[in-house]
Amino acid sequence: MKHHLISAGDLTRDDALLILDTAEELAAVADRPIKKLPTLRGRTVVNLFFEDSTRTRISFEAAAKRLSADVINFSAKGSSVSKGESLKDTALTLEAMGADGVVIRHSASGAPQRLANWVRGSVVNAGDGTHEHPTQALLDAYTMRRRLGDLDGRRITIVGDILHSRVARSNMLLLKTLGAEVTLVAPPTLFPVAVGSWPCEVSYDFDTVLPKSDVVMMLRVQQERMNAAYFPTVREYSRRYGLDARRMAMLPQHAVVMHPGPMNRGVEIAAEVADSPRSTIVEQVANGVTVRMAVLYLLLGGSEPAIGTTRTDGE
Amino acid sequence: MTYLIKGARILGGTPQDILLRDGVIAEIGTGLDIAKGTEVIEAGGLIALPGLVDLHTHLREPGREDAETVESGTRAAAAGGYTAVHAMANTEPVADTAGVVEQVWRLGREAGHCDVHPVGAVTRGIEGHQLAELGAMADSAAHVRVFSDDGHCVDDAVLMRRALEYVKAFDGVVAQHAQEPRLTEHAQMNEGEVSGRLGLAGWPAVAEEAIIARDCLLAAHVGSRLHVCHVSTAGSVEILRWAKSKGWQVTAEVTPHHLFLTDELAATYDPIYKVNPPLRTNADIDALREALADGTIDCVATDHAPHPVEAKETEWAPAAMGMIGLETALSVAQAAMVDTGLLDWVGLADRMSVRPARIGRLTGQGLLPEVGVPANLTLYDPGERRVVDPADTVSMSRNTPFAGIELPGRVHAAFLRGRPTVLEGKPA
Amino acid sequence: MSAASVPPHSSSPDGDVSHKSVLEAPDIRRALSRIAHEILERTKGGRDLVLLGIPTRGVTLAERLARRIEEVEGHPVPYGSLDVTMYRDDLRMRPARALGRTELPPGGVDGRVVVLIDDVLFSGRTVRAALDALNDLGRPQAVQLAILVDRGHRELPIRADYVGKNLPTSAKETVRVLVEEVDGRDAVVLEAAE
Repeated sequence: MKHHLISAGDLTRDDALLILDTAEELAAVADRPIKKLPTLRGRTVVNLFFEDSTRTRISFEAAAKRLSADVINFSAKGSSVSKGESLKDTALTLEAMGADGVVIRHSASGAPQRLANWVRGSVVNAGDGTHEHPTQALLDAYTMRRRLGDLDGRRITIVGDILHSRVARSNMLLLKTLGAEVTLVAPPTLFPVAVGSWPCEVSYDFDTVLPKSDVVMMLRVQQERMNAAYFPTVREYSRRYGLDARRMAMLPQHAVVMHPGPMNRGVEIAAEVADSPRSTIVEQVANGVTVRMAVLYLLLGGSEPAIGTTRTDGE
Repeated sequence: MTYLIKGARILGGTPQDILLRDGVIAEIGTGLDIAKGTEVIEAGGLIALPGLVDLHTHLREPGREDAETVESGTRAAAAGGYTAVHAMANTEPVADTAGVVEQVWRLGREAGHCDVHPVGAVTRGIEGHQLAELGAMADSAAHVRVFSDDGHCVDDAVLMRRALEYVKAFDGVVAQHAQEPRLTEHAQMNEGEVSGRLGLAGWPAVAEEAIIARDCLLAAHVGSRLHVCHVSTAGSVEILRWAKSKGWQVTAEVTPHHLFLTDELAATYDPIYKVNPPLRTNADIDALREALADGTIDCVATDHAPHPVEAKETEWAPAAMGMIGLETALSVAQAAMVDTGLLDWVGLADRMSVRPARIGRLTGQGLLPEVGVPANLTLYDPGERRVVDPADTVSMSRNTPFAGIELPGRVHAAFLRGRPTVLEGKPA
Repeated sequence: MSAASVPPHSSSPDGDVSHKSVLEAPDIRRALSRIAHEILERTKGGRDLVLLGIPTRGVTLAERLARRIEEVEGHPVPYGSLDVTMYRDDLRMRPARALGRTELPPGGVDGRVVVLIDDVLFSGRTVRAALDALNDLGRPQAVQLAILVDRGHRELPIRADYVGKNLPTSAKETVRVLVEEVDGRDAVVLEAAE
């Protein structure tokens, strides 16, 4: 039975809209005196975080708790995993604890898919290597919709290390499904070789793309990439692909600026841009909890999941 | 013991009887007399092939006996119809001295399932800095003629040149694992559409092709033989075709899995499909099959690479690279080449026995079945079909990428100098 | 002929005998008007009154009641919607379903008299869920229930304060309320058991 959320590409348009619409209804919970719904009472959600990420883990934890689920946090540091326990053995332990849902973040692409072979519960991908981060794409789409309305025909520009970005992959797939037009911008070294086969436009020239963008999403660029010769210096990268005040002024009036965080202020995004009213960076965080509540509800709240998701091997 | 094989189709020809006596083929004909004490083997419907010769196998002993030993690996080889295998040098310790190669050679003789010809490392410790004692290994009891740092590329151009020159003294050949190391740092799978989609670091075809081109030119310049291991790309095929057209002494091998499986399989993230060089695309498969058919690629070599279960039951990135292949090689080759009409049994015998034996400078192996030649023979039923079950492997390891796939053919018997190593499909 | 206390007016438009229309638009209009007056009576002119409709059609009915009350009293009455999906006790029996809108009027529900409005009262489980949902939103002074059709077969100790029509049914029959805003016409339809 299909019951995981591993890739944004596995969501149909109906699935995606159902998640976003459900999130709309759940947003009000954050403003109530009692920030709780009883829906996942008795369900156990495990946060399996092999990569450090306090922000994402807290977001999933808050989402699960607001739905009254029991949450168990498992981080790799100092656990049996750091002593060499395999993913498979960790999975079998979770099975024994009766996890209904497992949220996994891992540095290896494909880890959630492997995990899905060994647990019966629903697997939610919270970021696997350089592959995908579907709930990030969902909260980004939710944020865009709140600011700009329906995403059909909207032009979204994503800038940064596309080659290594799971956020870029998931966003590109989801936005395409929702009818938006996506343009990816980066130096040629930071595109995958086969990006021409992706359902989006590709550009090396940030300035040309800016005036036609309804949304500009900046991705974090790691300084280590400079040592692997992806670009000569951080300064040159920033000059050619950074979103500074000059570039922000080239955007249409209604356009918004997004960043999945954490930011390298001064590298891919200038401080004044990050702090401007166009920036959705702070609300993206709040929206993350709401969207993750919607995902957990739709996967775990009923007798079976309401959204189509990837298969496990052997199906 | 004397054996009479009745009604076998030698190289796919008309049914004949073959008499094996005193380790050689004594007679071939129809209606041969059966002397007392002769064991009769009914071979109606079976193809008789010269015993298969593998230029590229990993027996893991010494050092990784948790994955395979010389005994279990050669038993698996015999089950696949092989009468001779070349055991690669990346053991622990590395086979870079006369001592280690003689040890492996001796273990092979003791096991007795097939001939084991140890491959000597090109550089000490396979570290790529200093030549290993190639001469000592050549002069040893193991009589090494094939040298390879397989697992690693001899990427230093000067070192590769020296190695190519040096082995001329004893008619040796350097077998290169073509992989430019810097272009493939942390590489996980073929670089292409699939790798971009899956978020796995890519292993570009050019990293193989650039080294092959360089080495062909080097071999030509110094007048040496060059053998290229596990060719995997269409571009490599073109370079080899060009080099051979120049008359240069270049030979090449291809694995069964590269003739059959594509990088799409990585979409499951199951590391059973993780291998070096990686699985590529359908276009590459087509080019490789064509090349094997026209002889641009000289032979099939398994690159049998056993790994314990825990090395493959992980996420993709930390998983070991490699697939076992001795037991399925002939079936896969039949499916890819014979059943598609690209090669007949004569051609397949050439690619899986005759040419590899010649490249390895083996005597007594890779000879077409004729009266007087050593009785190294494989009897094969091309009609049987079976679904590959990893639980059934003769090898100690289970990492076969053909699990669950239905393949044609089954080895019924194998003879090593007239002595059966496999009878009725089971180790003798 | 149906054994219901209200004789059927006509068969359904496509002539399907298993559908019976038991209330038509004029009946519904009269029922709502009566309920509006009853609410005003019992809340002393609609003081501190809030109407909350349970999606989907309860919301439409709440809007109409609010308009009717405003016509009669001359001042508007706050109304909104209360989705109960997350509080249902049968969630795990079906795949997770889409949520309806929850929208409280400004001023919320604290200290108010909340009248919940739904189209059909059957087992009472929807109303129980609504009470739980309401509990997490605030503390009303009192909660009352207005229902267009009470078809019996209660499974919980729940009763309506205001009823449009009592309609005895067999448990296997289905009662559907149609409203013009959603379905294109006003009617209450009784469908025979399969």
